[in-house]
Amino acid sequence: MKLITAIIREVQLDKVREALIEADIKRITVSRVSGHGQQRIEEMYRGQIIVPDLIPKIKIEIAVNEAFVDITVDTILKSARTNGAEGRVGDGKIFITPLEECIRIRTGERGGTAI
Amino acid sequence: MFVVKNLVFMVSQVSVMKSRWKRSLLLLVLLFLSLTGLHASDGAEIDTGATAWMLTSTALVLLMIPGLAMFYGGLVRSKNVLGTIMHSFVAMGIITVLWVIIGYSMCFGGNILGGWFGWNPDYFFLKGIDTKVMDAGIPEYVFSMFQGKFAIITPALIAGAFAERVSFKAYCFFIGLWSLLVYNPLCHWVWAADGFLFNLGAKGAIDFAGGTVVHISAGVSGLVAALYLGARRGYPYQVIRPNNLVITMLGAGLLWVGWFGFNAGSSISSGLSTAQALTATQVAAASGALAWMIIESMHQGKATALGFASGILAGLVAVTPAAGVVQPYGAMVLGIVASFVCYMAIMMKNKLGYDDSLDAFGIHGIGGITGAVLLVFFIRPSWMSDAASVAGGSWTVWNQLGIQALAVIIAIVYAAVMTYILIFTLDRFIKFKSSENDEMAGLDRSYHGERGYGMLNPS
Repeated sequence: MKLITAIIREVQLDKVREALIEADIKRITVSRVSGHGQQRIEEMYRGQIIVPDLIPKIKIEIAVNEAFVDITVDTILKSARTNGAEGRVGDGKIFITPLEECIRIRTGERGGTAI
Repeated sequence: MFVVKNLVFMVSQVSVMKSRWKRSLLLLVLLFLSLTGLHASDGAEIDTGATAWMLTSTALVLLMIPGLAMFYGGLVRSKNVLGTIMHSFVAMGIITVLWVIIGYSMCFGGNILGGWFGWNPDYFFLKGIDTKVMDAGIPEYVFSMFQGKFAIITPALIAGAFAERVSFKAYCFFIGLWSLLVYNPLCHWVWAADGFLFNLGAKGAIDFAGGTVVHISAGVSGLVAALYLGARRGYPYQVIRPNNLVITMLGAGLLWVGWFGFNAGSSISSGLSTAQALTATQVAAASGALAWMIIESMHQGKATALGFASGILAGLVAVTPAAGVVQPYGAMVLGIVASFVCYMAIMMKNKLGYDDSLDAFGIHGIGGITGAVLLVFFIRPSWMSDAASVAGGSWTVWNQLGIQALAVIIAIVYAAVMTYILIFTLDRFIKFKSSENDEMAGLDRSYHGERGYGMLNPS
């Protein structure tokens, strides 16, 4: 089992979700986060251009069985990339970490079937 | 409006005189003398009571626009909250400027171009009314500013139909042109002394405070625009939830309060007709809200806050054309029926699948039509007998129903056709609908470079 954590642009959330649902990956957790990577954005307040230190992003977390890792990653790669297939600085990152255990609270069942 | 005002004023004088007659002849004579003294001063004297109320009403109607901004602003997704609020606020800027330059003249000048709209060189930049006092006893500046607020809120209402998916630049041009081509002519027809709907039938088509001019025209134009532009991305499969119903409720509250200026101010006086309109307004808002709550509870099992707010608006919209002619029981029925009809209209919308995002047509269009037509069954008897004497014999409810239906149909057809032509033409020059990327990013970031809820994320 793996935990796939993707940091994506806020703008791309709809597209990524639609693509994931299309690939039959429906069990996800989404949160608003702020962070700093390579990207630099400009915002406007009272005619002053300001550059925020932290940029708002969306974090998607998906726990998957081994067989689903590649399809999930590919789907996110395709749908989260902007500027056609070129991609731009700020499109985000995907982290994959090993997942030790997964327990369904309702039944107490453990492992791959609980995902 | 002035005619109604003068009439009511005379009626009240007569009743005052009658009661005095019973007390003593001397008092009557004194009163008569004082009244003739009043009449001796011409219409150029300021009636401070009426002026004070009209100033208050002007401010109250302006308050409805931030109210509308909050109402609509809370209903959209968080990425569009500022953009939606700006749709209302920018109307205060654009329409006020246009109104002062030519809008007032187009609405309340004398007929030109076969009565399509009005014109009076004195009203250009309002330059000729600096010291003018109207027959109603209020400075014409006050009347002009009061009417200007109606011109502002009408195009702002349309924005609810195509929320979350239009370019800000195109919207700005749209409301400016719409105001000139749709609102001003309709306003002239219905409210100017020589407007053709004002003079239809015995005592004109009844539109006390803007059922046809404001709500039907905005609702129908919104529907046309929503159909032309198409739905938002993901609608109706993706659930699109309001970002903050709390500000929506506050907005609905401000609208209710502001509506007293909207309706009671439309008597252009401070007297009996003002009180009548104010009472009808309060009653219809309350009965509409309760009716919606009950209908929704029976249908869905819960009384939602948004439903209550929708009921308030449905009732207020329906009583808008009627406030000057109906008594409290009539207003109550209008509020209830309007909520029922609007509720059905929104159910129907969900079935048909077009994206009137915040129900500008469902509430304002349908509610306005309901009020403008059904009001004939609740007109107070004194109005009907006046109409009969003007018509020289008899004037029935059915006669007036014909007049109302005609006025409503003219407003619907005119608003729909002109809006379609306007959007179609404008769309050739400035793309009206947001690009897919702009829509996904949200109006706030795409067109304003800001975020409404920055505080939700550390930055």
